[in-house]
Amino acid sequence: MNTLAAGLEQTFDQCSALIRDLEFPTVVRWKAEHPGAKAIGYFPVYAPTEIIHACGMLPVGLNGAGDALDLQYADARFGSFICSIVKTTLELVLTNRLECMDGVLFSSICDSARNLAFVVKRNFPGKYVEFLHLPHNPNSTASHVFLASEYRRLTQHLEEMGGVRAGEEALNRSIAVHNENRALLRRLYAFRAAHPELLRSWELYALQRAGNFIPVETHNEWLAGALAELPARSGKRRDAIRVVVEGAFCEQPPIDLIRIMEEAGCYVVDDDFVLGRRWFTSDIPVDGDPIQNLADSYLDRSVYSSVRHDFRNPRHKQLIEKVRRCNAQAVVFLTAKFCEPAYFDYVLFKRELEAAQIPHLPLEFEEKAFTFDRFRTEVETFVESLLFD
Amino acid sequence: MSEAEKAEYRGQVHQLQKELMVDWYRRLDESAGTGSPPAVSLLVSGNCVELLEAFDILPIYPEVNALQLAIRHQSLEPILAAEELGYAADNCAYVKADIGALLKGITPTGGRLPIPALALCNFVGCNTYVKWFEHVSEFQKVPLFMLDVPFLRTDEPSKDDIVYVVRQLRELVTELERITKRKFDYDRFKEAVRNSSQVEELWSRIKHLSRKTPSPFDAFFDAITLMGPLYVYRANPAGVKFFQAALEEFEQKAARGEGPFGSEKFRLVIEGPPPYPFFRVFRDMFAKWGACAVASTYSTVGGLWEFGFRHDPENPFEAVAMHMLAHNVTNRNYLQRYEQIRRYVEEWNAQGLIIHFVKSCRLFSAGQGDMRDYFTKELGVPTLYLESDIEDPRYFSEAQIKNRMDAFFESFGHTPAPVRARAAGRPGVDPGRPDGSSRLRILE
Ligand code: SF4
Ligand code: SF4
Repeated sequence: MNTLAAGLEQTFDQCSALIRDLEFPTVVRWKAEHPGAKAIGYFPVYAPTEIIHACGMLPVGLNGAGDALDLQYADARFGSFICSIVKTTLELVLTNRLECMDGVLFSSICDSARNLAFVVKRNFPGKYVEFLHLPHNPNSTASHVFLASEYRRLTQHLEEMGGVRAGEEALNRSIAVHNENRALLRRLYAFRAAHPELLRSWELYALQRAGNFIPVETHNEWLAGALAELPARSGKRRDAIRVVVEGAFCEQPPIDLIRIMEEAGCYVVDDDFVLGRRWFTSDIPVDGDPIQNLADSYLDRSVYSSVRHDFRNPRHKQLIEKVRRCNAQAVVFLTAKFCEPAYFDYVLFKRELEAAQIPHLPLEFEEKAFTFDRFRTEVETFVESLLFD
Repeated sequence: MSEAEKAEYRGQVHQLQKELMVDWYRRLDESAGTGSPPAVSLLVSGNCVELLEAFDILPIYPEVNALQLAIRHQSLEPILAAEELGYAADNCAYVKADIGALLKGITPTGGRLPIPALALCNFVGCNTYVKWFEHVSEFQKVPLFMLDVPFLRTDEPSKDDIVYVVRQLRELVTELERITKRKFDYDRFKEAVRNSSQVEELWSRIKHLSRKTPSPFDAFFDAITLMGPLYVYRANPAGVKFFQAALEEFEQKAARGEGPFGSEKFRLVIEGPPPYPFFRVFRDMFAKWGACAVASTYSTVGGLWEFGFRHDPENPFEAVAMHMLAHNVTNRNYLQRYEQIRRYVEEWNAQGLIIHFVKSCRLFSAGQGDMRDYFTKELGVPTLYLESDIEDPRYFSEAQIKNRMDAFFESFGHTPAPVRARAAGRPGVDPGRPDGSSRLRILE
C-alpha cells in the first residue's frame, strides 16, 4: 500500500477503484497490520481527524456507496425526500459492510444526518457512535471554549477505547502531518487551476478522495509523487470554459459525471468535492494547546461551506471571490438531490451571481446515478452558450 | 364526509385562544405602525421568550405566521413566489411561505407585521432555522443573532453545554439592551421565568388529564390550539390566566367523563406535525373513527414539560439554557424521541401510534421508517405511517390517507385493547460511550 503505483495513470485508476470498493480493503489491511488498533469512520463533511490519528487509530472518511449498492433496507427506514448518502450509509451498516469500523462520528451538518446518527446508533450494536456539535456561532468567544471542550470529550472517549493517550506532542505531530496533507492538496488544486489540461478533474478527485481510506502519511506520499510527476505530462488545451463547481461537499458525485462534465467542455478550476480534506485555508498552528488550536482553526480558519455558518463572512460573498480568484467564467452547481443545505444556499448564491453577472448552471445528481445523457446535453448547451457568446 | 359526520370541537378555551392571538396580531400591527413596542423574530422550538418579555419586546414567530397562512389556505401563493426566487421544491415550505409572504407583503390576518429589530435565530435542533434566519436577515436587512444550542447528543447536557448557552444568553442581553435602549432588569427576567414555570405546571397538568379514559381533549389537535398562547404568552401573566382557564375547562370535562367528541373508541399517540393546509379534514378523519390522540410529540416542540421540567426562577439563565438544551423535542436526539413515545404509549394507555411524515421537515421525518420498525417489530405497537406536508397543500392526498386510516382502524376489530409495549428483544444496542455506560432507557 505504501508504494505508489508505477506511473500517474495507474495511480489514478487505482484510486478510482479504491473509492468504489465497499469492502474497504485498505482499512482491513491496515487493521491486520496493526493488531488491536481501531478504525473510526466519519460521516462528511468535516471531522477533526488529527484527534483520531493521535489516538493511534485510522480515520476513515465515509462517502456513501455510489452506485455499487442496491438499497434493500435503508429506503424503508428513511423514506422519500431524503438524500442518497444518508440511505447508503445506513445500508452499509445494516448489511454489515462497516464491520471493519470500530466507531462512526457524525456532526451537526443537517437534520437528515443528525437523525441518521442516532438511527445508526440503534442499528450498530457494540460500536462507538458519536455526534459532535460543531458550533454555529463563531461570533461568540464562548464557541471557542465550547468547541475545545467538545474535542476533549471526543479525545477522552477515543483514549478510553483505544488505550492510547493522545498527548500534546502526539496531537501536534498529527496536526503537522495533516497540515502537510492539506498543503499538498492546495498545491494540486493550484496546479490544476493553472494547467487544467495536465491534470484532469476526475483524476484529482479520485486521488483526493482515496485519501479517505488510507493513512494520511501514505496519502502524503501519493500526493507528493503526483506533484512531482505532473509537470512532465503533456496535454493540449481545448476550447473549454473555466468553471467553479459548488454544492457537492457532502454526498459525492459519480466519477463519470465529473469526466463527462470535462468532456462536455468544462475546465473545473475549483470545486468543493470531498471538502473535509481541504477544510482549512491555512495551516493549523503546531505549537501551544493542540486541542484549542484545532477548535480555533475550525472557527476562524475554515473554508466556507453550506454546513458551516459564519455570518462574519457570508458564503455567497466568498463564492464570488473564489470565482474571481481563480479566474473562472461560470459556476456549475452540482447539488445532491434532496440536500437541503445546498438547496437553501442556492437562493443567495444565485442572487449574488446574477448581480455580479456571472453565469451559472444548476444541476442535480445522485451518487447512484449511472446514466448521464441528459447531464451531458445540459452542460454542452451551457458551454456552447458561453463559448460562442 | 357528510355534514352529520362533521364534529364540533370548540370549547371556551378555543374562543379565548382566538382572542389572545388576535390581540397579538393587533399589537404586531401597532408595532409596525409606531415602532413600539420593538419586535424581535425568533423560532418556536425551545424558545427563550422569557428574555424578550423581560424587555417588553414583542415576539414574532414566523412559524406561527406560516401555519396561520396554511390553515387559512393562503400558503400556496407565497410558496410559489419563493420558488421563483430559487427555493427548491424540496425545501421546508415553512421557510418558503414565510419568505414569499415577506416579499409579497402577505400576512395571515391582513394586518401589518413589523420589521424585526433583530432576527434572533435560536438554533434549537433544526438546521433549517439557521438558513431561514440568514435569509430573513438578508431580505429584511436586519441584524442576525445566532444563538447556538448544542444538540442533545448525550443523556443530559454537560456543564460545558450549559455554560456555552448561558454565555450566549448574556451576549443576547447586551444586544437587547442596545435595541431597546434599556437596562436589563434582572427581577423582571425572574418574574417572566416565574410566569413560565406556572404556565408549564398548568400545561403539564392538562397533559396528564389525557391519561384518563376518555381523554377530555385531543392531545394533538386541541394541544395545537393551545400552542399559540404557549409560545407568545408563556412568560406573561395573560398566559398564566389562559392556562388556568384551560385547565379548569378540561378538568370539568374530565369530571363529566366527556371527550372532545362523541365516544372515545381509540387512544392514539401522534408523532410529527399536522398537515396545516388540511387541518380540519385531517381532524375529521380521526373523529370519524372515534380516535383521540392522548399524547403527541409535536405539542412538545416548544417545550417538554409533562415529565417534570420547570423553569427555575431562582436560576433564570441556567433555567432558560436547560430548557433550550434538553426540554423540547427538537433538540433531543432521535432515540430520546423513541423513548418519549414509548412512555406515552405505556403511561397514557394508547393502542396505536400514528407517524405523520411531512416532506418539509427532515428534523421530524428523516428516519421515521426506523421508528416504525422499532415500534412495530420491537415493541409490538400497531403503527400507521402517513405522508403529506405541514405547509404545502400540494402534497395531501385525501383519498389515500383516508384509505390507509380506514384499513388501520379496521384491523383492530371491535375491541381494541391498550398495548403494553413489550420489552425490546435486542440488548446492548446503545453502547453510548465506549465503556458501555449510559445505556438508553429505551431498551431497558
Ligand atoms: S448530502 Fe446534504 S442533506 Fe444529505 S447528509 Fe449531506 S448535507 Fe445532509
Ligand atoms: S424543518 Fe421542520 S422544524 Fe425546521 S423549520 Fe421546517 S418544519 Fe420547522
